Amino acid sequence: MNKAARLWAALAAPGAFWLLFFFAVPFYAVACVAFGSIDPIFRDAIPQWNPLNWSFGEFNAVFSSVTSGPLRGVFIRTIVYVVSAMIISFAIGFPVAYYLARHAGKRRMLLLLLIIAPFWVNYLMRMLAWVNLLSPSGLFSRFANIFGVQYNWLDGSPITVILGLVYGYVPFLILPLYATLERLDWRLVEAARDLGATSRQAFRVVTVPMSKAGVAAAAILIALPMFGDYYTNDLLSRSPSTEMLGNQIDYYINNSSQPQRGAVLVIMLSTLLLVALSWYLRSTSRVGKERVR
Amino acid sequence: MTSVSTRRFKALPVLIWGYITWSLVPVIIAVIYSFNDGRSRTVWKGFSFRWWFGDAYASVFHDDSMRNAIVNSLVLAVTTMLIVTPLGLALAIGAHRMRGRSASAVKGMTSIPLITPEIVVGAALLLTFTRLFSGIPLGYPAQLLGNVTFSISAVVVIVRARLVSIGSSFEEAARDLGASRLQALRYVLMPMLWPSVMASFAVVFATVIDDFVITSFLSAGVGSETVPLRIYSSIRGGATPALNALATLLVLITFAALTIGVFGLSIWRKRHGEQGGFKAALSDLTRMGE
Repeated sequence: MNKAARLWAALAAPGAFWLLFFFAVPFYAVACVAFGSIDPIFRDAIPQWNPLNWSFGEFNAVFSSVTSGPLRGVFIRTIVYVVSAMIISFAIGFPVAYYLARHAGKRRMLLLLLIIAPFWVNYLMRMLAWVNLLSPSGLFSRFANIFGVQYNWLDGSPITVILGLVYGYVPFLILPLYATLERLDWRLVEAARDLGATSRQAFRVVTVPMSKAGVAAAAILIALPMFGDYYTNDLLSRSPSTEMLGNQIDYYINNSSQPQRGAVLVIMLSTLLLVALSWYLRSTSRVGKERVR
Repeated sequence: MTSVSTRRFKALPVLIWGYITWSLVPVIIAVIYSFNDGRSRTVWKGFSFRWWFGDAYASVFHDDSMRNAIVNSLVLAVTTMLIVTPLGLALAIGAHRMRGRSASAVKGMTSIPLITPEIVVGAALLLTFTRLFSGIPLGYPAQLLGNVTFSISAVVVIVRARLVSIGSSFEEAARDLGASRLQALRYVLMPMLWPSVMASFAVVFATVIDDFVITSFLSAGVGSETVPLRIYSSIRGGATPALNALATLLVLITFAALTIGVFGLSIWRKRHGEQGGFKAALSDLTRMGE
């Protein structure tokens, strides 16, 4: 190793070791708890640090609960909620980002500031705002009452949870979408229009393929935290009937004496997300190849 | 044909203003209700500062648990910011220049936290601190380590973007003029990296003071309760408008930090003759450049 290489390695070392100790090792610890054993008297999880002695009893139990037991509903619900929230978020976020990138004109700076604002308003403040509005005496409930809608918004309503997720995560979708759309070469769209494409055709043939990678990245950016979300659900519903995977993890790790089950669920969540991510990486590398061609 | 496209572009402004209203008005209402004279967070009884400082026991400035939460939040955010910025800065410079297999290992490890949900990090760290590194007590020490871990990657992303835009020619020029590698780093590169240090300070401070998941997993009861935790634990109870006031205060602190960051950055840019100004400063802070 030459002198320069040593300098760069020395600079990177503290941060890299920090991540090794407090990021990589904890993942290993999760596996050791998940595949460890349970103290027969205190019922507490005993981690098994040697991978050769890992036991998969708890993992198999949780897995069969996911395929044909009580956890199956939780998994399906998590996926349904996140997918619905993603679809609604895109239906709101894409047009907003598109307008901001293409047609905002002189007002762009003001609009940009107003759209960035919720990005930095604390998530719990935004949930508090809605809990206040949706509580039985809240402004929204009173407003809905005028139209004869009597609905208990905050007690196990899937609609509230899904819309809560949308409200919580849509700002995190709009900014990366805007960044992608703003950087596109819109002259290509104009060229397509000059060559006789209708605006819809130009959108489908030029805009969509050009922005695909950025859009997929933005989708991943909000899908991952949504899959692990438990607090939105906790604040807006608090009911077992809307429980998601994150709530189960929170419960088993924080509030019960069965951290082993929580550790298994963490591994399952990570695996699920890894699958989603590899799909994303494959689709972006395909886009890259198409561009090269 | 033209009529279709004009119609579409009329629908879009309506949509965007609708979105802005929907995203901000509920928060504004919550801020307004912090000035409610009544005990309710939903029924308006007239304007007062009762829940800010009027009430001698239950207002934000007098309620012990709320004051503690504010102090805990500020201490956690400032210390995390001071530890993680140099750590991430050095990591970004080193990783940017390293070559070979160790370089890709380091780069891989810095990008994984960006795509890991917080609940996974929080749960993993909790299990680690209670079973493996049990010398680290839950509460402030664990919360500090957890937030540093989760913020390193953000700093690396900010600094790396700056390193890419600086390029290597300035350092090479310094080397040609006889500077050692360390001198080039210290006297040429470092001053040019100031904007990314400022951006990191602002972003890390704002993210940590707003953090809920990691801080909550690693907390040890009331003593290490931060403002987001305090809000979380009382949202669904019969809390008074003091809770709205506390949340408003948190938003104000976050905005103050970011405003200082944005103006600091645009002043720096102007003074050093760099293009972009306010908008570039803003995009540094929202990481839109990714």
